[in-house]
Amino acid sequence: MALLEVNHLDVRFALRLGEVHALRDVNFTLERGERLGIVGESGAGKSVAAFSLLNLIAKPGFIAGGEVRFDGQQLNSMSERALRKVRGNRISMIFQDPMMTLNPVLSIGEQMLECLKAHRRISSKEARAIALDKLYQVQIPSPETRLDQYPHELSGGMRQRIIIAIALLLDPDIIIADEPTTALDVTIQAEIMALLLELCEKHNVGLILITHDLGVVSQVTQRMLVMYAGRVIEQGPTREIINDPQHPYTQGLINALPQMATPGEKLNQIRGSMPSLSNLPSGCAFHPRCDFINRADGQPRPACTQQVPGFVESGNCQVACHMVAELIDKEATDEARLKETNP
Amino acid sequence: MIAFLVKRLFHALLVMFVISIIAFAIQDNLGDPIQQMVGQSVPESERAELREELGLNDPFLVQYARFAINAAQFDFGYSYVFNQPTTEVIARHLPATLELVAAATFLIITLSVPIGVYSAIKPRAWLSRFFMGISIVGISIPVFLTAIMLIQLFAIGVSWTPFPVDTAWGSWLNDLISTEGGMPAYGRGNPVPVFGTWETNFASLEGLTYLVLPAVSLASIMLPLFIRLIRAEMLEVMQSDYVKFARAKGISMRRIYFLHALKNTMLPVITVGGVQIGTLVAYTILTETVFQWPGMGLMFLDAIERSDIPLIVTYLMIVGLIFVITNTIVDLIYGLVNPTVKLTGKPA
Ligand SMILES: Nc1ncnc2c1ncn2[C@@H]1O[C@H](COP(=O)(O)OP(=O)(O)OP(=O)(O)O)[C@@H](O)[C@H]1O
Ligand SMILES: [Mg+2]
Repeated sequence: MALLEVNHLDVRFALRLGEVHALRDVNFTLERGERLGIVGESGAGKSVAAFSLLNLIAKPGFIAGGEVRFDGQQLNSMSERALRKVRGNRISMIFQDPMMTLNPVLSIGEQMLECLKAHRRISSKEARAIALDKLYQVQIPSPETRLDQYPHELSGGMRQRIIIAIALLLDPDIIIADEPTTALDVTIQAEIMALLLELCEKHNVGLILITHDLGVVSQVTQRMLVMYAGRVIEQGPTREIINDPQHPYTQGLINALPQMATPGEKLNQIRGSMPSLSNLPSGCAFHPRCDFINRADGQPRPACTQQVPGFVESGNCQVACHMVAELIDKEATDEARLKETNP
Repeated sequence: MIAFLVKRLFHALLVMFVISIIAFAIQDNLGDPIQQMVGQSVPESERAELREELGLNDPFLVQYARFAINAAQFDFGYSYVFNQPTTEVIARHLPATLELVAAATFLIITLSVPIGVYSAIKPRAWLSRFFMGISIVGISIPVFLTAIMLIQLFAIGVSWTPFPVDTAWGSWLNDLISTEGGMPAYGRGNPVPVFGTWETNFASLEGLTYLVLPAVSLASIMLPLFIRLIRAEMLEVMQSDYVKFARAKGISMRRIYFLHALKNTMLPVITVGGVQIGTLVAYTILTETVFQWPGMGLMFLDAIERSDIPLIVTYLMIVGLIFVITNTIVDLIYGLVNPTVKLTGKPA
């Protein structure tokens, strides 16, 4: 059994203007020490997915269905008290903006020690020693002085290192990193990413990495999910998806990478933008933007305005797309016919 | 720290300079001091002599310089009415006002923080809604009305009998909605002398009971404002990334509310609140009048009625000074709570 198992997760926001369905039928697993990437454009539901794993969705959001199983326990039905023992202890998080993540009025030391003391019965002295060790591991110069400093005295990169140190404090099984380098200076991004990767590998920590950067995903993760409008539309081994994407959206994303463009020409892009979750097109949410099917006359294929049939297996990947499903069906029948005619 | 104090001192001097100009302009333009000093029968020639003697014919700047030099030595002249140095008159009335403001401030702080925090943590609870409703009403009722209602309810007492008096449950309900009264609502009672002109209401139970109604009605001006401010700030802070991160670390909600969130909530509250507490000194005029509380506010109204110009001017200067001092203290406290403020004067 996988360390983390997400089944049919469904998250909604009860807003005054009606319910917004932020996550629908999200399924994935994470093995011990595995690294999983989640990609998708802004608003696809990546952060919602991350927060809902630890049941940290704030009102008016709520988990409307499905389950999150971690190490045999069902997290989404646990009491707050029991959940607190998991948060920051066995599963910890890293946020996007290190300038906002640390409390401005508490010293770094206070913010590190409180986390240790929330989960272990240890003396301040022992806690301090552990905190110093972690600060040392994230390669912060003169860790002792950092403990007494306040966040505003440190640069963004420095703060993100401290946040990584906090995430590692209790030797968690999983770290969920929600765009951990997006807010940083480009020159520091690679450094922080490499550090995070190295530490996860060294301590055999599983990583759920949310990012917009397909390059990072392909280098760092073993498996990946592609999300669109609250759904997972393609998932599987990272290498397979990057080399041979099946879903038209994934193909579009990979085509949009700068290195895929012909020199001297415009970069490729997916036309249009993601629909608002409260106003989704019928059937496959991607069909109005799908190049694959609209090429001929600008009209969507009738089949694509019908509900997507769920995942079809393609190699080791799972894809939610009418076209891919039909293609695979056709291949199967062709093969069967071939067998019939040439016994 | 020293640099901070020096900078604040400079600010304070600047503010006091502006106030002194206003005060002097009032003194210079309000009425004729000679008229106030001498009787009707004194002939014009003698008046002119007196005017010359007092320097009232000197140029404006010379007169102001004289005023400022004296003011710097806490010499604002003699009160016409009391025939004493105005500073002595103020010194007699100052303790009553300061004690009233201190009691009101105490009430404001001890009530607004828990109520504000509670209604931010549980915004949907009926108690929170009740507090929010009350605070809206509180903001819109003028102080003197609050004061009069308090006097009616707790000093005079009301006996309502909407329920039948001849039944047990009826008289029980009648008792419940009626009040006994008996709380003192006039003057300070017999305050205990401390030293000099300082007499205190804090030293005896009787003194404290005299403080209750005036302090409550003075506090009622600011309390709703503080509750709403704290609630709004706290609600905003609870949405911040650092609170979410603290939750993701597995920290208990109690610690998140009362350490992570409250400390950040208090920063703007201290800034805004400090200024408001300063203005309470000025608000005492109304409260002191209704309760005949023998403080500076009551004295000031009296001085206006009798055109006691030196006393009016002294009052303005002293209130300005108190305002400047409270603001400096508030800045100091803010600097202690907020680590991003270096008390060296320049932001880090
Ligand atoms: N507090 C909220 N109230 C209402 N709707 C919300 C809230 N938080 C998220 N949503 C809905 O969930 C959707 C997904 O949001 P989410 O933050 O997960 O996007 P994301 O994929 O992380 O995007 P980004 O790349 O910009 O971080 C949003 O488009 C929005 O409709
Ligand atoms: Mg996000």
